[in-house]
Amino acid sequence: MTEANKDSEFVDFAVTARKYKTLLTKKFINRKEWEAPNPNNIKSYIPGTIIELNVKPGQKVKQGELLLRLEAMKMQNRIDMPFDGIIKSVNVNVGEKIPKNFLMIEIE
Amino acid sequence: MSLQKDILELREKKAIYEKGGGDTAIEKQMAMGKLTARQRILALLDEDSFQEYDLFVEHEERNFGMDKKTLHGDGVITGIGTMFGEPVCIYAQDFTVMGGSLGLKHARKITKIMDHALKMKVPCIGINDSGGARIQEGIGALAGYGEIFYRNTLASGVIPQISVILGPCAGGAVYSPALTDFVFVVENISKMFITGPSVIESVLGEVISQEELGGARIHAEITGNAHFYAQSEFDCFDQIKKLISLLPASNTKRAAKIEPKVPSLKKQIGQIIPQDPKKPYDVRDVIRAVVDDSDFFEVQELFAPNIVIGFARLNGDTVGFVANQPLYLAGVLDCDSSDKAARFIRFCDSFNIPLVTLEDMPGYLPGVDQEHAGVIRHGAKVLYAYSEATVPKVTVILRKAYGGGYIAMNSRHLGADFVFALPSAEIAVMGPEGAANIIFAKEIKEAADPDAMRAAKVQEYIDKFANPFVAAAKGYIDAVIEPNETRNLLIHTLSVSKDKYDYRPEKKHGIPPF
Repeated sequence: MTEANKDSEFVDFAVTARKYKTLLTKKFINRKEWEAPNPNNIKSYIPGTIIELNVKPGQKVKQGELLLRLEAMKMQNRIDMPFDGIIKSVNVNVGEKIPKNFLMIEIE
Repeated sequence: MSLQKDILELREKKAIYEKGGGDTAIEKQMAMGKLTARQRILALLDEDSFQEYDLFVEHEERNFGMDKKTLHGDGVITGIGTMFGEPVCIYAQDFTVMGGSLGLKHARKITKIMDHALKMKVPCIGINDSGGARIQEGIGALAGYGEIFYRNTLASGVIPQISVILGPCAGGAVYSPALTDFVFVVENISKMFITGPSVIESVLGEVISQEELGGARIHAEITGNAHFYAQSEFDCFDQIKKLISLLPASNTKRAAKIEPKVPSLKKQIGQIIPQDPKKPYDVRDVIRAVVDDSDFFEVQELFAPNIVIGFARLNGDTVGFVANQPLYLAGVLDCDSSDKAARFIRFCDSFNIPLVTLEDMPGYLPGVDQEHAGVIRHGAKVLYAYSEATVPKVTVILRKAYGGGYIAMNSRHLGADFVFALPSAEIAVMGPEGAANIIFAKEIKEAADPDAMRAAKVQEYIDKFANPFVAAAKGYIDAVIEPNETRNLLIHTLSVSKDKYDYRPEKKHGIPPF
């Protein structure tokens, strides 16, 4: 990289109250922005397969009732209702493979 | 007459065994753009120095038709040779023999040469090119891996251990390299992962190529598992030779001294470092301006480039450099750069290599991702490594030394033997803007023109504290030096601390924040 090229790539990088001219790394650019967790969103904490689904949109569900079973790493994990509420949407089907952090069920 | 016949037979047998998997398999290996295990060993060692052991070792597996299979050398070549005339133990997995798969006897050949290296106190180089565990041998293969890991751990900090990844290295196999001191990878040839693309796809449905998942570049730049990245096997061997030339054979020795040379880079440090603390520069130029022949051998060049680590020579002796790099992320400490620096410091301390720290950093990287990734425990590794190290430790503060970063970067308080500062150094609890905002919050808020008042207070703080003299007045730094004095002072400090002895309380081992 020539010096001239570098100069044009320098960005303002804030560390506390001061901004420094510097280059960014690929890893820094690709870092994930943090978002506040939403308790109404039931997301997969591990990638796996839906092997049982017990709820439908509009259904009233009590805290602790089984929403679905997510099989991952040869373990059948219970996903329970975190609090009393109504199912707003179901985004998975039985037999479906889902990645980590997939929004499986929305509650309202 | 019969003796002659025996010798001829031995030669014939050796010739067959030395071909590993045979001509067809060798052609396949070459077609993949790879050298054979034997070619690799011969390319790395001094000419005619290789003495092979255990060529005729055979596996003992009797299931799955293995009793009818002869695996030459059991898929690994082991032995001793020399590099620059000094002995090294070496092994190379032979992909042409059943994919270099690791069975118990294969592993026992490796552990035998490792035991040898540890007893003889010589470096051990492992060349990895293996499809993984030999499934037919079942738990025997697992036992083999475990026995290798155990020896990697025992040898850690006693002899330099080098891993060269020249093919696939998957599953359990990756943990031997991970336990060794330096991992070398080559573009398009090296592949390292715990679970490969096919498993990931079948379990998670994520489609990724071997190269994207665990190719050379990924490990050199993203994961930090690799320390040296090369475009070809021969470039890689040159890097290994260079590294070996800079290291002692064991923790009871010192690296060989060579003829001192003056730096060839004719730039002045004062011209490399901009006056404005917000402007970047390449700290490697500062290193090159002070070291012999301007020859700096960088370690983990692509990973966490906001800190620079590597070896060079001062007055002919090997020295380890740790330097903040303002060129990337302003030179902040973060999780990755802390890990990178801490491990290097511990390597140098184990192998009697003095440490020179060049400091110019604004602090730790702020952010939710950093905090949640554990920048506290990662950052603590740097404090631990510097405090624990008993080799000569010298720091030169080039420019900014703020807050926790000032403490972490081998400060007097962590046991530095010598701390120098250039006149451009700013040693303070934080940058002037931040400090002025806090200390003079009331004055700024109540001023008729808050911005003007803030600017005045920032300037007041800069004048009073953004310099090396406050720290010098307290004796935290030993001298404020002119940039051009740096090389001679470093050489002076290392020569006077040649016989340094530093006391540490007796213990089984410490508990660093892994």
